Amino acid sequence: MGPIYIMWLRQLKRYSRSRARMIGSLGQPLIFLLAFGFGFGHIYEKAGGGDYLQFLAPGVISMAVLFTAVFSGIELIWDRQFGFLKETLVAPVSRLNIMIGRTLGGATVAMLQGIIVLVISLLFGFRPNLQSILISLLFMFLIALLFTALGTALASQLNDMQSFPLIMNFLVMPLFFFSGAIFPLKGVTPVLTIVASCNPLAYGVDGLRASFGGDSFYGMGMDFLVLGLFSAFFVTLGSYLFSKIEI
Amino acid sequence: MKNSIIEVKKLTKKFGDFTAVNNISFSVTKGEIFGFLGPNGAGKTTSIKMLTTLLHPTSGTILLDGHDTVTAKNKVRESFGIVFQDQSLDDEFTAAENMEFHGVLYKVPSALRKQRTEELLKIVELWDRRNDLVKQFSGGMKRRLEIARGLLHHPKILFLDEPTVGLDPQTRNHIWNYILNLNKKEKVTVFFTTHYMEEADRVACQVTIVDHGKIIAQGTPAELKKKSKTKTLEDAFIKLTGKSLRDEDASDIESLRNQKKMWRR
Repeated sequence: MGPIYIMWLRQLKRYSRSRARMIGSLGQPLIFLLAFGFGFGHIYEKAGGGDYLQFLAPGVISMAVLFTAVFSGIELIWDRQFGFLKETLVAPVSRLNIMIGRTLGGATVAMLQGIIVLVISLLFGFRPNLQSILISLLFMFLIALLFTALGTALASQLNDMQSFPLIMNFLVMPLFFFSGAIFPLKGVTPVLTIVASCNPLAYGVDGLRASFGGDSFYGMGMDFLVLGLFSAFFVTLGSYLFSKIEI
Repeated sequence: MKNSIIEVKKLTKKFGDFTAVNNISFSVTKGEIFGFLGPNGAGKTTSIKMLTTLLHPTSGTILLDGHDTVTAKNKVRESFGIVFQDQSLDDEFTAAENMEFHGVLYKVPSALRKQRTEELLKIVELWDRRNDLVKQFSGGMKRRLEIARGLLHHPKILFLDEPTVGLDPQTRNHIWNYILNLNKKEKVTVFFTTHYMEEADRVACQVTIVDHGKIIAQGTPAELKKKSKTKTLEDAFIKLTGKSLRDEDASDIESLRNQKKMWRR
């Protein structure tokens, strides 16, 4: 058993032990599926968009992955405040490996959360093309990896939880709302298109939607490329900042 | 040049205008038990954080087992183990899992890990509770587990930052016996801080007393007592550091614990 594995395992164990967190974080996606899915469904259909739920579900799955991932990364602040971080920082293991294990663990948890939401949306009537489920999972994993690393990078610069609402309202929420998760990017005002094209989650949502058989805005290859590059960037940034942590 | 395993030269740490550690130099001989004493806020923990690569010195150098704590962090980290002053356990893990996690990080072979885990958890009387989550433990139990974990891998240098605070005399005795044995058998160098002067008097070969970030006395406990013309190390300590009480910055951990509870709801 190596250090990366044990760090990964730790994240999974913590997740499986906090049922409240698991169930709690399903609340938001459920509300979106219900309120938006059924609330806007008939207007969307009248406007000629087709079945809104088929469009919305990949967005809501991405949302579940995004929130869980950022939170997994931010959890580093708890580790710092409750002392456990010190235990990992003085260990004779390179901080890169610790960061990688931790991030992979967080990303796995976020992906599991996304799969749970996928199953729920199937119950609600989402009928995706599951032939390329592996590609769907790959997109979910990339979204998870990217945002866990982003969360870790942020958390390595913060000392306490005071700025958590700031991150949620001024980073995570905008990332979600300006990603094309709840409305199609096609035909919206150019400002929104430009904003979305700078938003890594937009490519994640688009790629996931395409893999489920929906319409793609950027093209799946482009989605994969941009998402991959962003992930690599944030994992590198997170590792660098993590390695510089002083207590 | 004697055979020293810790070499500290002109070490200084400033936090803004405040100088926590002010130009201190000392060395610790291999295999020695070294007591690093001082009142609250004297700079002990800050020094230990620099010795263990958690903080960067503002100036000065530290060599641990011949490696620089700034330029050869990974080498340095391979040479020591530490029991922190405040908690560093994972609350959501069981006692056994905390031990296992530590063992894996420190590359203790699986069989040895199991054997030592049992031995150590029995010493600190937590073997029966090994499968309980740490968050269910009392403060004293957490402290005991913390020490047991710190002793799991047998390092070259063992840092103990107020290891026995809040423990009953029996446990303190057990733990010190284990440490002394480790020191004797495996030549582990022990660097510790404590507020129990009789403890320092009993176990330390060398004592350094710091106050306001500076070293004010060095020597064996006997030398210090002789120099200050006192009977006990406690009296010597008070004579050297004065009788005034010290302030220490309160940690905001309590407010955070409350916050955490709120988030988990």
